[in-house]
Amino acid sequence: MMTNANELTIAAARDALRKGELSATDLTMACLTAMDAGDGLNAYVHKTPEIALEQARAADARIKGGDAPDLCGIPLGIKDLFCTKGVPSQAASKILNGFRPEYESTVTAKLFDAGAVMLGKLNMDEFAMGSSNETSCYGNAINPWRRGNDETALTPGGSSGGSAAAVAADLCLAATGTDTGGSIRQPAAFTGIVGIKPTYGRVSRWGIVAFASSLDQAGPMTKSVRDAAIFLGAMAGHDPKDSTSADLPVPDFEAALTGDIRGKKIGIPREYRMEGMPAEIEKLWTDGIAMMKDAGAEIVDISLPHTKYALPAYYVIAPAEASSNLARYDGVRYGHRAKLAQGDGITEMYEKTRAEGFGPEVQRRVMIGTYVLSAGFYDAYYNRARRVRALIKRDFDQVFAAGIDAILTPATPSAAFGLGEMASADPIQMYLNDVFTVTVNLAGLPGISVPMGLDRQGLPLGLQLIGRPWEEGDLLNHAHVLEQAAGFVAKPAKWW
Amino acid sequence: MLDLTYETPKPKVIAGAKHDWELVIGMEIHAQVSSNSKLFSGASTQVGAEPNSNVAFVDAAMPGMLPVINEFCIEQAVRSGLGLKAAINLRSAFDRKNYFYPDLPQGYQISQLYHPIVGEGEVLVEMGPGVARLVRVERIHLEQDAGKSIHDMDPTMSFVDFNRTGVALMEIVSRPDIRGPEEAAAYVTKLRQILRYLGTCDGNMQNGNLRADVNVSVCRPGQYEKYQATQDFAHLGTRCEIKNMNSMRFMTQAIDYEARRQIAILEDGGEIVQETRLYDPDKGETRSMRSKEEAHDYRYFPCPDLLPLEIEQAWVDQIAATMPELPDAKKARFMADFGLTDYDANVLTAELDAAGYFEAVARGRDGKQAANWVINELFGRLNKEGVSITETPVSADQLGGIVDLIASGEISGKMAKDLFEIIWSEGGTPAEVAAARGMKQVTDTGAIEAAVDEIIAANPAQVEKARANPKLAGWFVGQVIKATGGKAAPQMVNELVVKKLGL
Repeated sequence: MMTNANELTIAAARDALRKGELSATDLTMACLTAMDAGDGLNAYVHKTPEIALEQARAADARIKGGDAPDLCGIPLGIKDLFCTKGVPSQAASKILNGFRPEYESTVTAKLFDAGAVMLGKLNMDEFAMGSSNETSCYGNAINPWRRGNDETALTPGGSSGGSAAAVAADLCLAATGTDTGGSIRQPAAFTGIVGIKPTYGRVSRWGIVAFASSLDQAGPMTKSVRDAAIFLGAMAGHDPKDSTSADLPVPDFEAALTGDIRGKKIGIPREYRMEGMPAEIEKLWTDGIAMMKDAGAEIVDISLPHTKYALPAYYVIAPAEASSNLARYDGVRYGHRAKLAQGDGITEMYEKTRAEGFGPEVQRRVMIGTYVLSAGFYDAYYNRARRVRALIKRDFDQVFAAGIDAILTPATPSAAFGLGEMASADPIQMYLNDVFTVTVNLAGLPGISVPMGLDRQGLPLGLQLIGRPWEEGDLLNHAHVLEQAAGFVAKPAKWW
Repeated sequence: MLDLTYETPKPKVIAGAKHDWELVIGMEIHAQVSSNSKLFSGASTQVGAEPNSNVAFVDAAMPGMLPVINEFCIEQAVRSGLGLKAAINLRSAFDRKNYFYPDLPQGYQISQLYHPIVGEGEVLVEMGPGVARLVRVERIHLEQDAGKSIHDMDPTMSFVDFNRTGVALMEIVSRPDIRGPEEAAAYVTKLRQILRYLGTCDGNMQNGNLRADVNVSVCRPGQYEKYQATQDFAHLGTRCEIKNMNSMRFMTQAIDYEARRQIAILEDGGEIVQETRLYDPDKGETRSMRSKEEAHDYRYFPCPDLLPLEIEQAWVDQIAATMPELPDAKKARFMADFGLTDYDANVLTAELDAAGYFEAVARGRDGKQAANWVINELFGRLNKEGVSITETPVSADQLGGIVDLIASGEISGKMAKDLFEIIWSEGGTPAEVAAARGMKQVTDTGAIEAAVDEIIAANPAQVEKARANPKLAGWFVGQVIKATGGKAAPQMVNELVVKKLGL
């Protein structure tokens, strides 16, 4: 038996499983052991070892039978936002206390059909609202990376913080994430892993607890770009149950990883050069540009003039949709219901249930969303934000129409920060984490975060590549080139 | 254009204490779409199922569930639009109307505020022969029905039944073109008739399958004409909306009450407050449900789970090509082809099944005779027994057979009624039953003449009386028919009696 099989990439494990060098059961056992040893990271909020071993045994049989899709026997962590049949699925919220869906999300159903193994459910910000995993009802997930010998607990980012921590600490081979404003890419950058948000409509939203329906998109969080390509191929595809899912064929993303980007045009948007950007991020970006150039790509300065309006537009549209999407959590049918006092009516039931069930950040966004949709404010906020969104999309359309193949930007404005460090800050400080990523969601484009190196304190930093709609293959190829050039192989020193 | 041949009815005028007032009424009809499954889920729409048995995950608003448009419901809305001669919008969109209520699991109703599927149309509402109001329809949009809250099963708890949650509704919005309580009822009746012809709504008002929100305002004579000329609502009075009317009788009562309430306020120097009201049939009055200030802020916004709905003209044309004959056209044809009166044509076209029945009886026969038999004998009997036309024990073929026997003179009208009774309760082919029972009127002049002679000879005293008073000739007619076992053709007997008595 291979030692530390949990540290493998999907690609390496797939090949070893097919060659018979490793069994899915042993691989799963290794991951379960790592998962239990990783409790200090608080990445898993619900473990499913029985399901995992059963799926692993089935996968072994399938591999023996010669019927082994890429993900067959691959142990994965699943973000708590995905509904998994019979398994707690709470979106890390108290309001869904005790909720076990009677259905399987399309994404997890596809993964399980491909033979993947579920190790458990992963921590996240409540309803995916947050950039630090600090809004979870399960407590913070913790970044396996530390600032050198400083024992300060750092955030793994959010909202897919548990996914990022679990992948970075090898508590699984890969994990699902979801990204509404950067929730895959920012935690990936904070933990030194790869995370891709596909084109809106590439992956079915059916069975994923909704945050902001027009922005939400699920994607893989992996240890390599190749793994992201393999994983995305298994998640993606048209789903008649999701009207916003695109009826397009899913190409072989792994086959797109040719490593050849000669003659490609890489856009460098001047508006992403923010004032006060840390020098290290600036340098990382410059290095990335040089790597792309060395690989034979043409570097082009571009302008995305409406970028500065993206964050405010996002923080109108996302809460607006959320305020409506979260109205269903009312204590009537499932989840938490407040204990009522004598004489309380339906209004008290709603108020008490939602006050007890939702954390402060969710409450804040529900209130913002309710406000911006109110009579008299709708045009000034929601409609204006929609117009801004259209302009942001047009910015990208024009750049791509001019021949740009991919856009290179920083993934985050900083490295991972300490848990609690932002507690007393204005919420807007936290929202600024999404400054480089929200434009991609607003425009519905694919975006990928690639780990590039460590900062002075030894924390990982990433760059983001943004691609043309439906061209995830080409985007992954660019990311693959960047990954190879950066040669990022560092792992967090195990302290947990 | 049919409407050009009609005269416009006079608006209802209510005499106030100080002067006359006219009514202005606009309606929002909620018509449940006839479809097997719900607007956004595969759950059944069947009425009367066990509570909470027809509920898909999306209907119960389980986390992560998404709506998918039921294409048949769209087709039904398009068909309804075409039936109201309305513009069909090839691009429409769904919006969310947000409010909290336990029978609304999502916390929002998916509706079409900004871009409805059907645009402007019209309904011709007849108020009498040659008199009709053309009511303009502003739009039809599709939306989800809510579930049912049940408050009377337990002293401390309320229950909800989600079977109706998510069933497709068409909201049919009229312009304020209706001018009185009777017109309002006639408008609903006509709309219901058209939808039933189209098969797009069952129109069962008791089940809440069709219900109306009625907007009522009053104005001084002359104001409405100014509104019509300018379409400026400022010429009209402030309106109140009476919610959820599902009975024609209560609707007319409620409108009348509401108009008089408003007139009393205005004549007292008061102002009408725009509000939503409910009608209490027990007290016969409307009362305030919520004022404009208390009105919900529904925070409408485009539903992000659904892409804008785009349909093709070719598909609309395909639906248009399969449209049934509608009530106005059918009525006109019945009058032209079968020589029916306006009244009979209305009665016979009210329901599609009855119209089809009549047509089967009338085809190749005398239309008026067929109409008489269908309306007087058949409908009369069906009503008396509480049986619907679809369950009639006397088929159109059988009734046609009876009419044929009368037309050929083989049986008398009296015999025909007896024969109808036998067919109703025992069935059979009318000609065979008549033959088997010896139902055949005697038309042989010789035989009848002999019978007449015999009766005259046997009753000299009666002959004297009848000669003095010709009205008594009927006695002889009766005697002759009785003597022939009821078979002598009455007309013929009458003629012979008159002749023989020398009257």
